Parts: sequence; C-alpha cells; structure tokens
Amino acid sequence: MIKFVKRPEPSKAWTIATPILAVILTMILGGILFALMGKDPFAAIRTIFWDPLFNDQFAAYSRPQLLVKAAPLILIAIGLSLGFKAGIWNIGAEGQYIMGALAGAAVGLAFYPTDAWWIFPLMVIAGGIGGFLWAMIPAILKTRFNTNEILVSLMLVYIAEQLLASAALSWLRNPEGNGFPGSRNLSQIPAMSNPELIAGTGTHWGVVAAFAAVVAAYVLINKHMLGFQIRLTGESPRAARFAGVKDKLLVLFCLGVAGALSGLAGLFEVTGPAGQISIDFGAGYGFTAIIVAFLGRLHPVGILLAGLLLALTFIGGELAQFMLGLPSASIQVFQGMLLMTLLGMDIFVNYRLMIVKKEAV
Amino acid sequence: MDFGSINPVVLLASLMVASTPILMAALGEMVVEKSGVLNLGVEGMMITGAVCGFIVAVETGSPTLGFIAAAIGGMALSMVFALLTQVFLTTQVPAGLALTLMGVGLASLLGQNYQGLKPPPVSDLNIPGLDHLPVIGPILFQHDMMVYVSLLSIAGVWAFLKYSRAGLILRAVGENHSAAHALGYPVRMVRVMAIGFGGAMAGLGGAYISLVRVPQWTDGITAGYGWIALAIVVFASWKAWRILIGAYLFGGITVLQLNLQAAGAKVPVELLSMSPFLATIVVLVVISARRHGASNAPAMLGRIFHASH
Amino acid sequence: MKRRTLLTAATASVLALGLAAPSFAADKVKVGFIYVGPKNDGGWSQHHHEAAEEMAAHFGDAVEIVVQESVPEGADSERVLTQMALSGADLIFTTSFGYMDPTVNVAAKFPNVKFEHATGYKTAPNLGVYSARFYEGRAVQGYLAGKMTKSNKVGYIASFPIPEVIRGINSAYIHAKKVNPDVEFNVVWAYTWFDPAKESDAAQALIDQGADVILQHTDSTAPQAAAQKAGNVYTFGQAADMAEYGPMPRISSIIDVWAPYYIERVQAVMDGTWETDTTWDGIGAGMVGIGEISSAVPADIKAEAEALRDSIAAGEYHPFTGPLNKQDGSVWLADGEVADDGTLAGMNFYVEGLSGDIPQ
Repeated sequence: MIKFVKRPEPSKAWTIATPILAVILTMILGGILFALMGKDPFAAIRTIFWDPLFNDQFAAYSRPQLLVKAAPLILIAIGLSLGFKAGIWNIGAEGQYIMGALAGAAVGLAFYPTDAWWIFPLMVIAGGIGGFLWAMIPAILKTRFNTNEILVSLMLVYIAEQLLASAALSWLRNPEGNGFPGSRNLSQIPAMSNPELIAGTGTHWGVVAAFAAVVAAYVLINKHMLGFQIRLTGESPRAARFAGVKDKLLVLFCLGVAGALSGLAGLFEVTGPAGQISIDFGAGYGFTAIIVAFLGRLHPVGILLAGLLLALTFIGGELAQFMLGLPSASIQVFQGMLLMTLLGMDIFVNYRLMIVKKEAV
Repeated sequence: MDFGSINPVVLLASLMVASTPILMAALGEMVVEKSGVLNLGVEGMMITGAVCGFIVAVETGSPTLGFIAAAIGGMALSMVFALLTQVFLTTQVPAGLALTLMGVGLASLLGQNYQGLKPPPVSDLNIPGLDHLPVIGPILFQHDMMVYVSLLSIAGVWAFLKYSRAGLILRAVGENHSAAHALGYPVRMVRVMAIGFGGAMAGLGGAYISLVRVPQWTDGITAGYGWIALAIVVFASWKAWRILIGAYLFGGITVLQLNLQAAGAKVPVELLSMSPFLATIVVLVVISARRHGASNAPAMLGRIFHASH
Repeated sequence: MKRRTLLTAATASVLALGLAAPSFAADKVKVGFIYVGPKNDGGWSQHHHEAAEEMAAHFGDAVEIVVQESVPEGADSERVLTQMALSGADLIFTTSFGYMDPTVNVAAKFPNVKFEHATGYKTAPNLGVYSARFYEGRAVQGYLAGKMTKSNKVGYIASFPIPEVIRGINSAYIHAKKVNPDVEFNVVWAYTWFDPAKESDAAQALIDQGADVILQHTDSTAPQAAAQKAGNVYTFGQAADMAEYGPMPRISSIIDVWAPYYIERVQAVMDGTWETDTTWDGIGAGMVGIGEISSAVPADIKAEAEALRDSIAAGEYHPFTGPLNKQDGSVWLADGEVADDGTLAGMNFYVEGLSGDIPQ
C-alpha cells in the first residue's frame, strides 16, 4: 500500500522542485488538451510561456505588463497570507478591493477639478481606509459575535459589487459621459492619476507598493514578534492563547491589513490601468489573489513569484488566443490545470511517499 | 405601492421554480460542509452539470437522462476536488476556486456545438387529485419532476443526517475528524462520498437552469448562482429545512422584485439586489450571537485531515 | 497610467512600426476584433463575430482576422489592443462601449493602425466610431406591439438605464401609443445584459402581470422560451433574428447587421482611403435589420409595419418627430420638429405617457 508519511521537516529540495515539476506536468496535460482541440501543442505552450517574455514583437511591451498585471495580485495576496497563516479566512478581498477603489475615487472626484499635488496622496489614504473599513465588518463581527468571517467577507463582496454598479450608474457617473455608465477617467486627470513612473517598465505606484509589501511582510513574519504570534496562532490557537497572544487583536490586525492592502490595490488600479469606476471594475483580482497566496505557500517571496507566474499565463493566454485562435475557455481550463497541479504537488514538500506493507490483522 | 395586481399564488409557484437550482446546489454543499469540507467550486460544478445535462438531453431526447448525466458530470468534476483535497491534502479554499475556473472553462468547451438548440421539454407532473385544489394546487402540485425531487431531497437529507447511522458518522467526521478516525470511521472515504454528493446536486441544479428554467445552453448560463448557493448554506446555518427557507427567500426576493417592477411599483432595485446578502449577514450574526460564541459551523470546516498512524 | 510616459515610449515603437508599415501593404490585411463576451454568447458578441467571419469570407485570402473574446473592459482591454497592434494588425474593431478610453489610448500610440470603436463617441485621426440606430427598429416593434396586444399591457425587459436603452423604450412606446391609445408599458430593469435565468424570471413576472407582448433589451433567448411556454405572448428577437422561436412567440426582430460596414471599412483600408468618421446608421443604410414579420401577424398589420419600416429607411419619417412632450409634461419637440442626434445620444428622460422613473 502506498502512503504519504509526514516529513519531520519540510523538504528544501522539494520546495524548489515541485513548482517546476508542476509547470512541466501542466505543459504536458495542457499540450494534450490543445492537441485534442486540433492546435499545435508546442506552439501553444511556447506562446503562453515564452512569447510574452522573449518574442521580439511583443516582449518589450508585455514584459512590463507582467508587473502591471501581477502588482494588484501580489499586493492583495500578501495581505491575505498573514490572515491565512493565522487561520483567519478572509475570502472577501474582492469586496475590499472594490471599496478601496470606490472610496479613493469618490474622495478624488469630490475635489474635481482642483489640480493639487495632495489629491493623489489623499486618494491613496482614502483607498486604504475604504478597504480597511470594509474588512473591519467581518473582523468586528468575528471578535464580537464570533461570526464566521469566511462567509461574512464573501457576502460583502456581493454588496460591494452592487455599490459599485450604483456608483458607476449614478453617484460617480461622469456628468460629461453622454449618459453612459462609468466615472470620469481618473488616469486622465493629472491630479488623480497613477502614471507609469519609469517609461517602459510598467512600474506604477501599485507596483512599488507591491514590492514594499513583500519586503515588509518578509520582515514581519521572520523578524517580528507579531509574525511569530501569527504563525503560532495558525499552528495551535490554544498554545497561542496560552502564550499570551491576544487573538481578537490578531483578527483585527490580519483582516485590517488585508483590507487596507486590497483597498490600495483597488485604488492604484482605478487611478492607473483601469482608469475609471465602471460596472465591471472588479475583475476578480480579489479571488485570484487567494490562489496566488496559496501558490506562493503564504511566503512573501513565493507570493511574488506566484503572482508573476499567474500574470504570465494571463498575458500569454491572451496572445495564444489571438495568435493561434484558441478559445478563451481553453485558457481557463489550462490555468485551472496549472493551479491544481501546483496545489496538488505541494504535498511532496511536507510528506513523503512510502510503500508500507499492510499490517496483518 | 400597488401590490394589488400581483397574484400571490402565481408568485409562490414561480418562486419555487426560480429557487430550485440554488436549493439543490446549496443542499449538496451543506452535506459537504457537514463532513468538514468547504468546496468553493459549486459554480464550476453547476455549470458542468448544466452543459452535460443539456448535451445528453438533446442527444437522447430524454430530459431524465439529461438530469442523470448532469449529476454524473457534476460528481465527476467534484472528484477532481476530492482527489486534491483528500489524497493530496491540498488546502480546500484555493482548490475550490481552481475547480470553478476549470469547470467554467470546460463547460464552455463542451458546449461549443450546442448553442441555440432547444432541449426536449420537461413536462409538468401534476399530482392527480391534488393539483386542482384551490390555492395549494397551483402552488404545490403543478410542477415539473425536479421540483418534487428537490423537496424530497431536503426531507431525505434531513432524515439522513438526523436518524441514520451513516448521517451520524458524517457529522462526527465534520465535528472532530481525529476522534472519528480513532473510533475507526473512514474519514477520508466519508468525505469523498460527501463531496461526490455535493457535486451531483450542484450538477442537477445547473441542469435545472439549462433544461427547465431557461431552457437553452449559453456560456456562463449559471451566472453566479453557485456562489449564492454557498451563501444559502450559511444562511441556513447547516440545517436542511432552513436551506429550503433560505433558497425560497432568495428566489422570492428576486422574483418579487421583478414582479413589483412589472406591476409598476417604485422599487429601489439596487437595494433589493443587495438585500439577500445583507439578510444572510444579519442571520449569521444573530445565530452566532445567540450561541454565545459557539458557531454552528461544523468544527472541522476547511481543516485538512491526515491520519498520521 | 500611460498618460504621460508611455506616450514617449510609444513614439519610439511607433516610429519603428511606421517605417515598417509600407512592407505590410502587399501582405494580407490583418483585422482584429475584441469582444466583451464569449464569441458564442448568442447575442451581442456572437453577432459581431459572425459579421467578422462574413467579412473575412468576402475578402478570402486578402484578409486575416484575429479575435479575442471575453476581454474585460479596462486595463485588460488596453493590453490586448496593444498586443494586437504590435502583432501587425492594420485595423482593429473594439466592440463594446467600455473599450472607449483604452481604444483612445492605444490609438494614440499607434497612428498607423486604424481603430473602429462601436457605440462610443470619442474619435481621433485613426479612430472612428460606429453604432446603429436601433431605435428605428424599436419604432416598428412598438407599432406591432400596440397593434397585437389584447391586454394593452406591453412588458419591456431593460438592462441598464443608459441612453441607448432609454431611446429604445421611448421609441417603442411612442409608436405603440400612436396606434393604441390605451397601451401601457411596464418596464423591468434587470441590471444585466446577460443572465438567462433572471431574464426568464423577468419575462415570467411581466407575463404574470398580464403583459402579452414582451420587448427585451437583454441578449439571451430566455424570454422567448418563457413566452413560448406561456402561450399567447408575443416577443421580438433582439440582436439576432432568433428565428428558431418563430412564428410564435417571436413575431419579428431587430437584427444587428455589421458585416456590410466591416466589409466597407476593410475595403477602405485596402484602398488606402480609410478616414475617421462617426457612423450612426439605421434601417436605411442596412445596419439595422427588421427580421421577417411572422405569419402570426395579420397581413394588413404586417403591411403597415413594413410601410413604417420603409418610410424610416427612406428617410421620410423620423421616429422622434414632434409634437412630443417629456414625461413631466414639458414640451420637448414642437409639431413637426425632429430630434437632433445630440439629444438622442444622451437621452436620459422618458416621453410623456410612460409611467415609472428611470432608476438613478
């Protein structure tokens, strides 16, 4: 009988090997899928993984775009990972992301058409607070009434989406927009835009924030008492309480940080790449970031890499669609496969396959 | 406001039809969660069921075979989740999200050649003798087969969990898997079976949309109902009868909102579209507050089980 | 984001492209399309895609089309457009309103690539806009609805409160009222373009309220199915002909006819005569098609409806011709006065006689 046996220590070799093996396995499985659909599997895989990075025609543009696409994912995932480590399940980052964008945009547009240097920083603060407050709802309900935060945060996503729709249709609607839904284009208002900072790199303030968050999280988790408390709470809540961890405060902290970072991600997105509040502004970043957090094994550096890898499949997937005529659904299936193999192979880090003889009864 | 022109009998009958898909999916997910597993892939399993049911119904001309295929399709997809979470010990939240991604894509690929076709009609099954009763007849006894199946499943799941030994084991696994394991119960097998049941029910719910409620196949036909099913489970605080209430309330609000608009009443549409979610949060808070800290959720919900010996 | 800096960065890449452009001329013309939904959504996006394929078939080997479906509006669309332009596309059609600003941005970066944006209003030297006067078709629908209803209740499934949708409601109502003074419109706002289950519920709710004609401004055929189940309810195809639901309940339809326009614009690129313009065509130019009026409609009514269609097509009659008042009773158009395009484009009010408010 084959059995998984827990390793005393997570395997270093497997930590590195599993993502690589998973990507290779996905390439094989995906290649079979594409071949079944009558497409050249090698061309498809190359287009998805190679062309965005090295194709002469696209790479100069799509390489920086990796950062643009990955930044919100990384920023949100970093925040989420703290909570996940502590066993606090915030799956409503999408809602916090939307509320951050809404709060920031509303504050900025309230000053329209003032042109002043302090408007953008003010919007950033408002964005962070917007996401923070939205995350405080499940946090306070959890600490006060022990209400399940998974579910409250998920419900709040739907409510945020409704608020977003009403903002785009009425209270933030562009008065000069010919009656169409959507706010003014923030990225075209100098005082409110989040521009590319260094030409040709894709770097905007959100990218900077994402990298800063990675570093900060790394320091927090590894060097700070709070990081230790988070880890301890995740591993053994009872032991943590015994060690003097204030678990309620920890809930507020983890959800608050995740909310604020999600809100910031939303704000940077709405003032930059997206440009405006529209009905479809929430494009699922908050949910994708959950996957990123786990793909990165809740480790800051892992999250950074996972965010970039996922961004690569998004951008490469787009290229494969219009270069090779692959339907977008096949790219979705492919991404699903990639996530599943990555998640599934994780087991080899902590467990070892053993063949055990069945004990005689 | 003018409620005068809304006929409550017709309204109740149509809300039952509108609620059936989320009712079935939510009931399945409740059983999964009772066993301690949180599968966020309901949307993916629903839409897979919707497409499988549609294809088989169109090809065979039999809606019944269609529904059977939908259950099998949903269950097959759920087995991917079972493999990941029960064998490879993957964290359930991201595995469920990945399952939805995969299910939605797969359904779209499978359904490519089935756009614009009409499935065989699902006839209403009027219960003889009862269907002509005033008021109650049209509300309760003039529906299609699946509405009755959904109501029977509620009763079945309730009885299963409450009275059967297998139901007791399932709950034990969800409340404390280590203890259940120590008592010699096959924790993993119980969970795999629960996940399969959840997949089958989600598949049936999806097929109800593509075969009865709409009836057609288009990409994205489940339009997020799988996520709402997750909310209903919580709203129902993991009790079968309350799933019925939750699903009918949710379906009821949607149908009522549309009916009020159709009747010319002034309705704050956005507020009403939010109301089911607000209501769910309120219910959650009330339940958890009343129990002084003890949540009603299965204690092991979302936890990974590994038998170390 | 791109506002300041990418412009400079782009100039460089554009220069490179600009130099290379003449060599493309001998090659196939590469035409890109991006859709907001899947290309087989059975509605808006599918219709654009079918027109794209028709255009490609028309030109045969001379044209290569590249398509990208399900592109979210916003940042993702800007990236997809840029990549399409980089891949050597000569002409790109962006087929949803939300692509407006991204299209403007990308068009500024690639002056040698032509862009065509559907339903928008911002233009540039290499960016044209096109849209269809669906309200002309709505006039014919309204006429038929007014004639065919027996309960005098017409249901209208609306999507979002935007000018396009409001124009349609007004146009249909004016022409229903003209032939049937007792007619009432019940408008249900579904707040979605595409949610088959909800559309089906909305249709059912309207039918339960006594409506026996259903007009829809959402994309799926779910309302048709609901009407068919109910029996004596008339419906109209939306975007597509939806002929599979004829002759009952579907008695006619408004069809988006994009292919001739696509062929014309691609031809212009081939000939080197493409220039930016604002196209807003109706029945006359063939951009709006009225689907065959089915046998369920009595011959005399059918003939009158076709006469109305023809007079609109010939430009003899404008669906918004005074005297018309706004809902609050104030005068909008004096007797004989015709609505100007500016007012129509931004229409945000009901005409007199419609009940209920436009949600704000």
